[in-house]
Amino acid sequence: MTFYERMMNLDRRWVYLVIGVVVVVTAIWSFAVPLYVTPEARSVYDFVESLVPGEVLMIGVDYAPEVMAELHPMSYAITRQCFAKDVKLLLCCLHQNGPGMVEQVIAQVAEEYGKVNGVDYVYLGYKPYPGITILAMGQNFRIPFPEDYYGTPLDSLPMMRNMTNFDNVKAIINISGGSGTEYWINYANGRYNAKLAIGVTGVMTADYYPFLQSGQIFGLIGGMKGAAEYEYLAERGGYISREKGQLWASKSMPIQTTTHIVIILFIVIGNVGYFMSKRKK
Amino acid sequence: MGTAELIWNGVAALLVLCIYSFLYKDNPFYKFAEHLVVGVSAGYFAMILYYNAFLPKLIHPIRDGKFWYIIPGILGLLMWARFSKKWQWLSRPTLGFVIGSGAGLAIPLYLQNYVIRQLSATMLPVGFTSWPLITNVMIIIMVFCSLTYFYFSKQHKGAFGVAATFGIWTLMVGFGAGFGMTVMGRVALLAERVVFLRDYFAELWGALF
Repeated sequence: MTFYERMMNLDRRWVYLVIGVVVVVTAIWSFAVPLYVTPEARSVYDFVESLVPGEVLMIGVDYAPEVMAELHPMSYAITRQCFAKDVKLLLCCLHQNGPGMVEQVIAQVAEEYGKVNGVDYVYLGYKPYPGITILAMGQNFRIPFPEDYYGTPLDSLPMMRNMTNFDNVKAIINISGGSGTEYWINYANGRYNAKLAIGVTGVMTADYYPFLQSGQIFGLIGGMKGAAEYEYLAERGGYISREKGQLWASKSMPIQTTTHIVIILFIVIGNVGYFMSKRKK
Repeated sequence: MGTAELIWNGVAALLVLCIYSFLYKDNPFYKFAEHLVVGVSAGYFAMILYYNAFLPKLIHPIRDGKFWYIIPGILGLLMWARFSKKWQWLSRPTLGFVIGSGAGLAIPLYLQNYVIRQLSATMLPVGFTSWPLITNVMIIIMVFCSLTYFYFSKQHKGAFGVAATFGIWTLMVGFGAGFGMTVMGRVALLAERVVFLRDYFAELWGALF
């Protein structure tokens, strides 16, 4: 077996081992990496920045713990920015394993800023069938959610007194790890013309750029890189602090950088092996 | 980090290591962690559905005298007939209702948002005087060439073949971007878990010594 053939037949566990070593070493001896903020992530930040105290932003949190590494930092950063600016939040969850995710974020950040449930924010809870739930919310939030997540009737919550449907929120930000985004684009934006931005996992990001170009969404935060960009902007705006450990995605960016370099090297080695072994034949 | 948090995070750290042990080869530790994830997810999902849909959307309305909710309740029960070869035909009205209403809701909106809005987004002002106008030209050419590749009623030869070849290159660039994003997403998940393990072991070291 020639050297190039051996390169082609390398046991994949060697690849895992090398990546594992690089990841662990970078995690222990971390360093700062420069970050370029993309216009699509900045537009979400700038929009939230433009909101005035008392206005309502809706966040659809549609993800489960398996993708919290990428999406939880977005939820935290946006929630902190809103509460720091006294913007009210309306939250809902359309992913079956996601209600706990919202509760974790909102409970922690509300306590940090002294925000009161029902006055400064309302968590509507979870309902199945995202499409039907969004269509119903477009008519009236009370149709799918007569009560909030904690069992309080919506009409008895001060924040919901003058709130009927999407017309009463300035925009919707959907943070999703699955097909939930499709429903928000199709039903909230498509049917009710609601202003929509999305935060999605890295795997999903490429699929949603066409909607950004067509104007169906006004912003896109893509994966952990997008979350780190948002954290960077929020830190510069004074909404989150590195000292308090509030930069979550940014902590992992050095690991992303070194791992990507290793993967690129493996791709180059694999391709060199392929073309050289082909030439020999 | 308190003692309870230290213990529970220790369980989480152990399960993370059990899952990653699969990278070497399949083993009982991986199987245990995998089955635990599936079991916990299914149980959690069942309870969430029970308290957020079954009770408030069926049982409570019937209890409050809205007896017409029994009709969708019966339709739902009929779905269980699919488990019996003899009685599975009973589930057809329910399936028909779900497919019919779902298609009715989705088709016009999908057509509008995934076809017409996307098509209109390719009808752009063009020019070579500024970067946005140049990218508009690129979008139009790439959409046209990609669609050309999927036209199979004419042989891909000559100018038509060149357009189709450029179309397949455009598609490859798209797949490449998707693959790159997928790698980034997977690495992100690994990075976060490693940071979690690093922080946990640092806490454990501090607590023990």
